[in-house]
Amino acid sequence: MNWSVITPLVIFLLIIFAVGFWSHKFVLKSHSFLEEYFLGERQMGGFILAMTMVATYGSASSFIGGPGVAYTKGLGWVLLAMAQLATGYFTLMVLGKKFAIMARKYKAITLIDFLKERYQSKTVVLLSAASIVIFLFSSMTAQWIGGARLVESLTGLPYTAALLIFAFSVLIFVIIGGFRAVALTDAVQGVVMFAGTLILLIATIKAGGGIPKIISDLAAENPKLISPFGADGTLTPSYVSSYWILVGIGVIGLPQITVRAMSYKNSKAMHSAIIIGTIVVGFIMLGMHLIGVFARPVMPGIEIGDTVMPLLSMKVLPPFAAGIVLAAPMAAIMSTVDALLILVSSAIVKDVYINYIKPNASNAHVKKISFSVTAVIGIIVILLSLSPPNLIIWLNLFSFGGLESVFIWPVIFGLYWAKGNKYGAVASMVIGMISYIILDRFYPNAFGMHTVVLPIIISMLVFVAVSLFTQRRISLENTYQRF
Amino acid sequence: MKNTINPKDKRFKIAHREALIGVVLVVINFLWWYGFAYGLGSDKVEHYTYILGLPAWFFYSCIVGFFVMVILVILTVKFLFTDVPFEDEEGEPK
Repeated sequence: MNWSVITPLVIFLLIIFAVGFWSHKFVLKSHSFLEEYFLGERQMGGFILAMTMVATYGSASSFIGGPGVAYTKGLGWVLLAMAQLATGYFTLMVLGKKFAIMARKYKAITLIDFLKERYQSKTVVLLSAASIVIFLFSSMTAQWIGGARLVESLTGLPYTAALLIFAFSVLIFVIIGGFRAVALTDAVQGVVMFAGTLILLIATIKAGGGIPKIISDLAAENPKLISPFGADGTLTPSYVSSYWILVGIGVIGLPQITVRAMSYKNSKAMHSAIIIGTIVVGFIMLGMHLIGVFARPVMPGIEIGDTVMPLLSMKVLPPFAAGIVLAAPMAAIMSTVDALLILVSSAIVKDVYINYIKPNASNAHVKKISFSVTAVIGIIVILLSLSPPNLIIWLNLFSFGGLESVFIWPVIFGLYWAKGNKYGAVASMVIGMISYIILDRFYPNAFGMHTVVLPIIISMLVFVAVSLFTQRRISLENTYQRF
Repeated sequence: MKNTINPKDKRFKIAHREALIGVVLVVINFLWWYGFAYGLGSDKVEHYTYILGLPAWFFYSCIVGFFVMVILVILTVKFLFTDVPFEDEEGEPK
């Protein structure tokens, strides 16, 4: 074991724990347990809000998978990754103040609360809860596995031990601290991610002998590495552009992001979060993917993309600095997993249990249920990660695009189109999901674009058509209700 | 009826305008990104020009594009976005 690498990682974990315990104080003394535990009492300031959005969004793929692909594809992949710059401002601007105001009026704590009040439909609630549980469960497992693999490769511990260390560190602070702990640790993790990117970028450029040298080395190996079309020429403009839907504007439909857009204190917090978020997400995406490309001349011949980032850090940095840099992907994974964990827990406790099973549960009872549901979900995920079933891996592939196809239109039309109604919402959710899965199976990358594009268009058309078609019916229903 | 959303709430007018600004920014962002990347990058690699060691298409599209967006975002937030209260006590004309 390499203790000088591990020490910074351990210090990082200790800080995270401290934050978790500190947040627990708020959970204990809060007046409304649910709002505190699942939303931090809407007290997030600008910096925390920006960091929790960036950290939740930035996951294993930004730090491990993405740079690995950039290593093989070249600058074209960095170009593609830059589509994510939009997430920094677009999500908060478009959900924006309307979402914050409506969520407060509805007293919504989760995205599903919002949809429930907006559409007044049990079907919408159950469909949403089901898609959140199914898809986020699987993507949580995948992140968990990534985290364990990382700990395994850094410490040399066996996979099971690595998994348990990683999983319990996350579980403890999420269970006791709730959303506030998640958001605060996200802020710490966001800073670590930012610093790690900066350190590694500088060290890699130095190790490669400066940018001009690196670029000419790349061009000498394969000129296409420095073109926008990728080393093998497969990155067509329409394919790369379609990522603006998947990882740019479609992010509005991800419940783990949306819930953050109702957690902030006031419009000042939102304003500064937009600025900070744009800078941080842009820098991390640009930096990490450039690092992947620049790693090529520094360390040629790496076969497995996922190992580029850890191997590079160990090679170009002194051990202690490598430890700090490698805390970044760990932070990225933890901050994604913790957000998903609290979200799945809120879907089960708040949206299903309290809404339909036990509406008048006492505060103490809700508290007990929330802690135990969060813990049980965590443990199930650990068990699944020990020997991941194929179904989980399969579902995880759909998680991002699937959730976007389900939620994007109910959220956007729910906010900005008064005529959008529950029939439209249900139809677009079902069709969005089904068309995504079917297209992915039988006709992936239609018209040279990422699979997510068509389902998003289809579910929009369905939402509009069904809403307009059922106008009369809705107004009749409302009339009956009134008398 | 509880939870009524008053569509005439004047805060919503501000919110709608700001959401629209977000869409406009994304369009600008995309055009800048696409224009420089494929406008300059589609040339043969031997004909590339370089700025700070990076191919010009990449420099303008990704590096300058990033700074341009950050500046645009700062300017819009500072000058076009309005502070509004989120709680219900104020801002509801009846």
